[in-house]
Amino acid sequence: MKATYEAVVGIECHVELKTRTKMFCGCANAFGSEPNTNVCPVCLALPGALPVPNGVAIEQTVRAGLAFGARIPAYSKFDRKNYFYPDMPKNYQISQYDMPLVQGGEVRYWLEDGTMKRCPLVRIHLEEDTGKSTHAGSGDGRIAGSLYSLVDFNRAGVPLMECVSEPALHSAADAVAYLASLRRTLMELGVSDVKMEEGSLRCDANVSVRLAGEAALGTKTEIKNMNSFRSVQRAIESEVDRQISLLERGERVVQETRGWDEANGVTHPMRSKEQAHDYRYFPDPDLVPLEIAGDDVERLRVGLPELPWERFERYTRAFGLGSKQATQLIDTPSLARYFDRVVNASSNPQQSANFVLGELSRLANDSGVAVADSKAEPEGVAELIVLVEARTVNSKIAKELLERMWRNGGSPKAIVEDEGLAQTNDADEIENLVEGVIAAHASVVADYRAGKSNVIGFLIGQAMKASRSKADPQLVSELMKKRLR
Amino acid sequence: MKLVDRSAFDVARDVNARRLSAREVTDAALAQADAVDGQVGAYLRVEYDLARAAAARVDARIASGERLALAGVPLAVKDNMCVIGTRTTCASRILEHWTAPYTATAVQRMLDAGCIPIGKANLDEFAMGSSCENSALGVTRNPYDLSRVPGGSSGGSAAAVAAREAAIGMGSDTGGSIREPGAFCNLVGFKPTYGRVSRYGLIAFASSLDQIGPLTRTVRDAAMAYDVMSGHDPMDSTSLPRAVEPASRALPTDLRGLRVGIVREFDLQALAPAMRTIYERAYAELESLGAALVDVSLPTVDYGVATYYLIAPAECSANLARFDGVRYGLRVDAADVGTMYEQTRAQGFGPEVKRRVLIGTYALSSGYYDAYYVRAQKARTLAAKDFAVAFGACDIIASPATSCPPFTLGAKSDPYSMYLMDYYTIPMSLAGVPALSVPCGWVREAQADLPLGLQLAAPHFAEPLLLGAAHAYEQATGYSARVSPAAAGSATGIEEPA
Amino acid sequence: MSEKINVRYVAKLARIALTDDEVDRFGAQLAVLLEHVEALGKLDVGAVPATAQVLELANVTRDDKPAPCLDRDTVLGQAPRTQGAFVRVPRILAE
Ligand SMILES: [Mg+2]
Ligand SMILES: [Zn+2]
Repeated sequence: MKATYEAVVGIECHVELKTRTKMFCGCANAFGSEPNTNVCPVCLALPGALPVPNGVAIEQTVRAGLAFGARIPAYSKFDRKNYFYPDMPKNYQISQYDMPLVQGGEVRYWLEDGTMKRCPLVRIHLEEDTGKSTHAGSGDGRIAGSLYSLVDFNRAGVPLMECVSEPALHSAADAVAYLASLRRTLMELGVSDVKMEEGSLRCDANVSVRLAGEAALGTKTEIKNMNSFRSVQRAIESEVDRQISLLERGERVVQETRGWDEANGVTHPMRSKEQAHDYRYFPDPDLVPLEIAGDDVERLRVGLPELPWERFERYTRAFGLGSKQATQLIDTPSLARYFDRVVNASSNPQQSANFVLGELSRLANDSGVAVADSKAEPEGVAELIVLVEARTVNSKIAKELLERMWRNGGSPKAIVEDEGLAQTNDADEIENLVEGVIAAHASVVADYRAGKSNVIGFLIGQAMKASRSKADPQLVSELMKKRLR
Repeated sequence: MKLVDRSAFDVARDVNARRLSAREVTDAALAQADAVDGQVGAYLRVEYDLARAAAARVDARIASGERLALAGVPLAVKDNMCVIGTRTTCASRILEHWTAPYTATAVQRMLDAGCIPIGKANLDEFAMGSSCENSALGVTRNPYDLSRVPGGSSGGSAAAVAAREAAIGMGSDTGGSIREPGAFCNLVGFKPTYGRVSRYGLIAFASSLDQIGPLTRTVRDAAMAYDVMSGHDPMDSTSLPRAVEPASRALPTDLRGLRVGIVREFDLQALAPAMRTIYERAYAELESLGAALVDVSLPTVDYGVATYYLIAPAECSANLARFDGVRYGLRVDAADVGTMYEQTRAQGFGPEVKRRVLIGTYALSSGYYDAYYVRAQKARTLAAKDFAVAFGACDIIASPATSCPPFTLGAKSDPYSMYLMDYYTIPMSLAGVPALSVPCGWVREAQADLPLGLQLAAPHFAEPLLLGAAHAYEQATGYSARVSPAAAGSATGIEEPA
Repeated sequence: MSEKINVRYVAKLARIALTDDEVDRFGAQLAVLLEHVEALGKLDVGAVPATAQVLELANVTRDDKPAPCLDRDTVLGQAPRTQGAFVRVPRILAE
């Protein structure tokens, strides 16, 4: 019975930092350059070249740690992790072993229904990325069966932050929600692009299962090759099912690394513990220790932005937004900041959310310009919300105004005044319009009276048109119905 | 005095004064290399074009009114330092055909100051050795006795300077690799404080110990070279950011007021009687120059060799991992990448390099790390503390530089006996303190006069004091003045050793 | 702390192919060295901190400022085997 088992999942994320240059040399840290152009003696490990760490990368890692409420030890250092791989030029990776820059902390994340949860972190450390190998000769680009590999060293030496969670997630949904929160936080901090499709966010999952209520952890497997949140979800679900079936059959889970096969929806063994590496970590003698002063830590802590879960609580509790809308806003930090300005000026969070996630996001989608980068100022949008709320303009005019603001900016109030677009609420004037329409469409009126009630829409439309859309549609409808009765 | 006999100081002075052109000095050095290097084997390659182009540039700069600290001084560069456009081999098959696309900072500083790169000098492969016999690419002989080794690992640079094929040799010292060949070739061999000279472009052996320094025929030349090559380099994280106090300005001629520590644990009784006599005389000479000899102790000094032969191999096992046949250097083709690595490294590295990579890999491997590597690091802490305490009681320390005079080629076949060659020099490397060897006399062995060196060491950053003391000693004793037979014989040819 | 070194395992980690002969020879030589190294066991290092670097330096970092890269022809010109703009290596059997 599956219900008697509990999944235990820990997530290890590798996050490429968005610095201008690489971790230990001045080569550009850029995605998508021509192969083997962003390389120098240092990142290519030419004989005699030496590493010098990127101060910004260190600071960004500390900021990430602080965002998660972690401890920044006073002393930290870089170590060499030794293993041979063709896209790792030195055949050791400069990483951090026993004294990472960041210890502890927790990621607060929320589920779709808005439930807030916490997952403790073990550590965050800073290391360098490897180059990229393309496996050729097998037709499918996979390493298995390939005849040779082609190496591009542009990525070698890009700063990489490794975030390791405690095994404290208990479902695939939790794992994905955790990842989403981690991702949002790093985006909010501006330290990474966190794009799984470009590899700037990569993650592995440690998965085990145990009988519910048991304290000891089961044997874990490590799942690799998950390329999207969806594949993380599917891979963990599939692996948990596999492990449970093994146990139910009385078999054993083998500790091993398994790859996620997206096409077939299963994990498959990659290497077992028996082939595990002997990494021979030792302090890198080319580098000196890091001693992060308390003052610097405080300065960075004070400079932290509002964090996603804080924002989520504010949106859902103070603003009363639904979990879905709140999450949508938070998922794009620039959108959330824009939204905050709209709310600030309109004092109407719900309408602000509707506008920002509705019309404005549609315009952004159509134009390929982010809302925050459009000409529509948040203060203008707020003005528009006030106009709509006061029924000074109707929704159709509002939409037109928004489109104009998107292209040219400007104050909707001014446009409305200049062009006389204010909604007509004058009952006499609207009554005249209604009379005119009824007079002009006698046969339709007859149809209505004969019971074809749906033709009223046409009549209302004609009245609106006659008002150049300025009439209050609600009032038009009321008066039309009254007159036809 | 022939042109090639001139010190760097004399050459620079005369080239700056336009009494001499860099071109003339260069031609003389190249001619000397042509005449003697067939026997000495100091250079792996003489860089004729590079040298002449550099000479032309220096002459042009002098003509335009510039003054250069080392104008026209012929330089031998150990072949583990990158010089753009030259092959830089580490005397290894694995880099035999590799051309460096950049220049080491220390070398660049020497070239910018007017040095003429005559050639790339032989060494023990990847600087691992004490005799220069571990070179995969050539044999270097001691200019004072061609049947003997020049010392190592900077043996080529030392032999080049002793044979008058250069005035300054650039060496690197990890556990004695400048001081020991300095002593064996009757030169001043100077290892500055760790971190004083940039390691950028020096092909690493053991990163926490490697230090570049000069080999010269006079202390003044060493001081001049040090003044030029030292100083902060942002490309090397371990480069000291503090300002360098020039050492060549004021060199004293006596040692009045100087407390010279004689290390209790370095028992001269352990040396052959002829050597013991030399060092007893050397200490007396220091005293006669006004120094006060004081008894100091380095309690853990006997653990130096063991400490060093764990730390240095551990670091080298990682440093040399980059030689894998992927991006440059030798590749032995194979069907899969793992076999390619293993065959490339099997064929590319010589036995001493393999030995050290293996021992270092072992010392770091799972289950042995604490027992070997960490224990050695702790022993290193004690070694550094020893010096800190000793330097509370003295200003410099004097000791033998080597435990024996230059030996004949092939005499030491057992690796461990070769490791013991560094007994006197390793402790200073572990502590990172500056140390040098300065000629202190001759022992007669098998009808040959063999040079010996006195090692002097000082606290961190006390290079001016150290060089000053060595200068006073050298000026008073004059042992360094004796010209090597190989250099002197250049006009008449040299007999092949038996 | 001494025991017989598994030279083959160590050579595998170091990625150096050894002949049987070399395994024996290096094994014997390393054993001699380790015997001498055993002496360190006599040092009382219990409370002694480990020294990785004798320098008293910390926090040496670089500004996040771009520096020139190597020219690609130079990079590829050094590589024993290339294909197009890439460095080519034989097939990779396992990670
Ligand atoms: Mg990692
Ligand atoms: Zn680079």
